[in-house]
Amino acid sequence: MFLGRVVGCVWSTCKSYGLEGQRLLIVQPLTPEMEQTGKRIVCTDATGAGAGELVYWCRGRESSFPFLPKEVPTDSTIVGIIDSIELNRT
Amino acid sequence: MILARVVGTVVATRKDPRLEGKKLLIIKPVSPEGKDEAGYVVAVDTVSAGFKEKVLAVSGSSARMAEGCKDCPVDTAIIGIVDDVRLDDV
Repeated sequence: MFLGRVVGCVWSTCKSYGLEGQRLLIVQPLTPEMEQTGKRIVCTDATGAGAGELVYWCRGRESSFPFLPKEVPTDSTIVGIIDSIELNRT
Repeated sequence: MILARVVGTVVATRKDPRLEGKKLLIIKPVSPEGKDEAGYVVAVDTVSAGFKEKVLAVSGSSARMAEGCKDCPVDTAIIGIVDDVRLDDV
């Protein structure tokens, strides 16, 4: 799983049936030091995350598991909203 | 999932029987602002997207969860046509 920040959202009317009712959010991946890393991606949302929130997201087939038994064709999903991060680096 | 733009089509006569009747499109990843990014992907179209349209593409094994792609040898599928992208000021 990876850290990220919600930076926007996507509207789509004509989409796969499995995606109906899903929120599509744009996520900017972050390093634990809160630096931007990599391209922004579109994620489905399993938690109700909002704009600007710090989240963690997973990729791959597993990202459709939060929506079971509904089969949602997604490869990246926000699975948690982060309260705080502690980094113990010496 | 990534945002992409349809830039072309692929015609193939000899192919896996499970790919018969499927529309193959060449898509180019774009940033949320609409700028082209590097690379191209061939994707199976499940939403009848057209030339130059901005679409949402899912990759990996999740692509097989798109409509009509069950048990097909597919690793990228177009699952939505993007109406609008909104970026928040965060």
